[in-house]
Amino acid sequence: MKIMVCPLNGPRNISEFIYGGEVKAHPDRGSDAEWADYVFFEENAAGVVREWWYHAPTAYWFIAERNTVTEEIIRTYDAKELFKERVDFAPPPERGDG
Amino acid sequence: MSGAYRLPGPAGLLIDRETPVDFRFEGVRYAAFAGDTVASALAAHGVRTLSRSFKYHRPRGILSMAGHDANTLVTAGYMVNARAEKVVVSAGLEVRAQNYVGSLERDWAALLGRLGRFLPVGFYYKAFYSPKFLWPYWERLIRNLAGLGRVDLETPQGYFDKEYLFHDLIVVGGGPAGLSAALRAAKAGAEVVLVDENPVLGGSLNYARFGAEEGRAAKMREKLVAEVEAQANIRVMTSTFCQGWFIDNWFPLVRGNRLYKLRTKGAVVATGSYEQAIVFRNNDLPGVMFGSAAQRLIKLYGVKPGERAVVATAADDGYGVALDLLEAGVEVACVVDLRADPPETERTRALTHRHVPILVNATIREAVPGPQGKNVSGARIAKITEEGRSTAETDRFNCDLIAMVGGYHPQMSLLTQAGGRARYDPEGAIFRVDDLPESVVAAGSVNGSFALDAVIEEGSVAGWKAAKAIGLEAGRKPIEKADRKAPAPDYPWPIFPHPGGKDFVDFDEDLEVKDVLNAIAEGYEHIELQKRFSTLGMGPSQGRHSHLPAARLNARGRGALLDEAAITTLRWPISQIKIGHLAGRIFEPVRTTAIHHRHIERGAKMMVAGPWLRPEYYGPPATRTENIRKEVLNVRNNVGVIDVSTLGGLEVQGPDAAEFMNRMYTFAYLKQPIGRSRYVMMTDLGGVVADDGVTARFHKDHYYVTATTSGADAVYQTMLWYNAQWRLKVNVINVTASHAALNIAGPKSREVLAKVCGDIDLSKEAYPYMDVREGHIADIPARLLRIGFVGELGYEIHVPSGEGEALWDALFEAGAEFGIMPFGIEAQRLLRLEKGHIIISQDTDGLTTPQEADMTWAIAKKKPFYVGRQSVDIQAAKPLKRKLIGFELANEKEPAPLECHLTVRGEEIVGRVTSIGHSPTLGKTIGLAYVAPDQAEPGQLFEIKIEKGRIVKGRVVKLPFYDPDGARQEL
Repeated sequence: MKIMVCPLNGPRNISEFIYGGEVKAHPDRGSDAEWADYVFFEENAAGVVREWWYHAPTAYWFIAERNTVTEEIIRTYDAKELFKERVDFAPPPERGDG
Repeated sequence: MSGAYRLPGPAGLLIDRETPVDFRFEGVRYAAFAGDTVASALAAHGVRTLSRSFKYHRPRGILSMAGHDANTLVTAGYMVNARAEKVVVSAGLEVRAQNYVGSLERDWAALLGRLGRFLPVGFYYKAFYSPKFLWPYWERLIRNLAGLGRVDLETPQGYFDKEYLFHDLIVVGGGPAGLSAALRAAKAGAEVVLVDENPVLGGSLNYARFGAEEGRAAKMREKLVAEVEAQANIRVMTSTFCQGWFIDNWFPLVRGNRLYKLRTKGAVVATGSYEQAIVFRNNDLPGVMFGSAAQRLIKLYGVKPGERAVVATAADDGYGVALDLLEAGVEVACVVDLRADPPETERTRALTHRHVPILVNATIREAVPGPQGKNVSGARIAKITEEGRSTAETDRFNCDLIAMVGGYHPQMSLLTQAGGRARYDPEGAIFRVDDLPESVVAAGSVNGSFALDAVIEEGSVAGWKAAKAIGLEAGRKPIEKADRKAPAPDYPWPIFPHPGGKDFVDFDEDLEVKDVLNAIAEGYEHIELQKRFSTLGMGPSQGRHSHLPAARLNARGRGALLDEAAITTLRWPISQIKIGHLAGRIFEPVRTTAIHHRHIERGAKMMVAGPWLRPEYYGPPATRTENIRKEVLNVRNNVGVIDVSTLGGLEVQGPDAAEFMNRMYTFAYLKQPIGRSRYVMMTDLGGVVADDGVTARFHKDHYYVTATTSGADAVYQTMLWYNAQWRLKVNVINVTASHAALNIAGPKSREVLAKVCGDIDLSKEAYPYMDVREGHIADIPARLLRIGFVGELGYEIHVPSGEGEALWDALFEAGAEFGIMPFGIEAQRLLRLEKGHIIISQDTDGLTTPQEADMTWAIAKKKPFYVGRQSVDIQAAKPLKRKLIGFELANEKEPAPLECHLTVRGEEIVGRVTSIGHSPTLGKTIGLAYVAPDQAEPGQLFEIKIEKGRIVKGRVVKLPFYDPDGARQEL
């Protein structure tokens, strides 16, 4: 079984972690097409990817950089490194019918 | 006694001559010694045929005597496909042979062997492909003929479990390399676990002959094992199979009925190698075995493998075998050496000295079967003319034993699983593994080293390397003095196809040389395709003895150099494993609430709800419907109590708590007054209804939120994920397990509460519907939420879980005079159905939008953002596809639908029934269902397809069914 190094808890069995998808920017006031892309599509890149992982026993989200070809976990770190600022949302534009 | 072929002591390392044991094979009683295996005990009695082969039903006997092949699969007691070479006899054990028609001795299906030329490679695919409708017939016939053991359906359940182990290093293989590796690593300070599949340590030292003089191996074994046993930081696990290498050095080990999950920092793989056959006609006859099998019989079990032997060898080790046979009293008719010019060694000289004829540049062309095709009775020996060819003229030597030493193939599964690359070395005529990760080190014959001194030194170096790789101060590299130039004892082409066939490459599947060549000729050139088309290597021995000849034949067959010989992927499990090992003990963990024992005392029928055990109803199962009906009516008319501790409880606190709530849920929370509660609904990114509950605002910066029983963990996880990105000043705590909660509901609930609550004014004016309070119930600190899931005056009371039972007791004591009764989830489902309240994930599914569930009232449309908003907006702008409605039956007398029965319009499916039940309050069947949007007006009829395809009609009813004005919950 693979070992992942949790930034909070150190090396733990991979079965303690839950995969949370690729790290993607949440679109604010984008088009419906951009939104659908955000919701439904993943890059599935062969190579180094940046992903959300969750250590379930301690309820801790963090980010892992992982090579999907070599199965190597390159680095794991707290989400603070990427998400430094408070995020706010603007109200969406009025939507016509259809 | 214990058999005519039993040698006098001290031969027989594993048997205890003081302890006789009787067992039965094919109904006949045999005497054996404790420590004997079924195969060794039968060999001692001269029983040669142990099974019949898979395809041609040829008689088969001992081949490897190591449990590495499929020749001796038997049914031992309840265990089918057990390896007779590994099953230790026990008193009264019943053993049966497998895979024969009639009797093991006279197997009618053996006539199939004569039809061999009509059963070419791939014949399943070709002969039975068409007409297709006949395939089930052929399949049954083939399965009956080709099956292995038959499972006894009365087999008692075994007990299997698992254990976790943690060591610095695993050393796999307790032979000379493994022993010295374990010692060196342990001396460097590593905590070592030394694993070997055999009952005693020593590996080849237990049976092989190194050099000319007998006894050297035994002395070396004694010394190494004593040192290992004296080393406190080596744990020895014998009779243990290491079944594979998994990433980050994780190993499944199997011993008895236990699976050990071992984690280490590194590994030394000293698994040794498999001895290989020489391919000639009838090389599968009982009495034809590996040289090492003959040696194991003699030295481990004190059994003489035959009376007169021919030894065929491609290496110097064959001469050691011949010497061992002579010493065991076996006459050696001759040694046949495949090599054109074998070097003179101390062992060849010893044999010459004893006047054993040595024939060089020669091979066995054919083994001669004895009467009835069983047992070998002689060997026809021919001169080798060129690679794989011999003269047609032969000399016949009578014998009842052929010992073959065809070379070695490394037992490299662990190495390739660890990332090593297997490569054929044409120089040494052997496979080697390169590109190993630093923490995995190979030593001994798996690494291509065979000379004893070199192997022991290499083990020591491997132990040192592994210790260094895992960060230990390992000291100086051990000095290597032994001559490492000794050539690998392998021979490039021990394959001699015979015009008459029966020159077996794979014994499991009865595959001959021509089968492999035909597979290539048919275009299955890639080694993996060749395997799948021909089934070579797919039998129980997993190619241990067929990979090497198949690789060689494959390379030549497609006209390539032997450099390009390749083997198929070596997967786990490396040895036999049982489903029981993988299943382990059957655990089904459930959570119980703090009030669990009170439910049991009151005769609750418990049921699994998500991860929890909850009361379904109270009372005897025989009166189930009546019990539930009484519980419902008591809530409507008096007062009832239900345990709702399983609801998720989340504390949302901080300066941004209101903003956070406003983003996570669809409703508006910024202006939610302190002391009020409000419904919460969460949609996911796709705009699907994901969860619901209630939030109570106790302070400007503090919300207490409930989540559904099954959704609590996911809601908590989702909240944390969003705030890892939003960075709001808010803290979320999951307090589900630290709270116990009861819902007291019914027109008399206020009166009951008033008796046990002193510090909250419960009057209608002071404490209206949807308000929340903090205070004490029977001196227990409590949060009260006046909400109405079941549609009556009611209070949800949340207390610390340790106080749950005290709260329950206080309410029942106070409520006795009002006829208080507990109610279970079945009653609650009916009560809320009467009110038309939906249950998320029962009345919704993975695609339900708020519009479909008629929940748009719970969406604040002017907010800038909530999770999934854009998806909700996109779907709201599209035409509705289905709608959740309340319904009754158009004709009460018709059979009622069940949950998940489909709602249809002609042939078209429009939705399904999500909830249905007979309402005790209304005296009729009511339900919730999805119908087409144009069928959703109250009064409209729609069709439901019930069991056996019958159609019944439902009539849409405006929700709620009961108390449409909500007067009762606002009493």
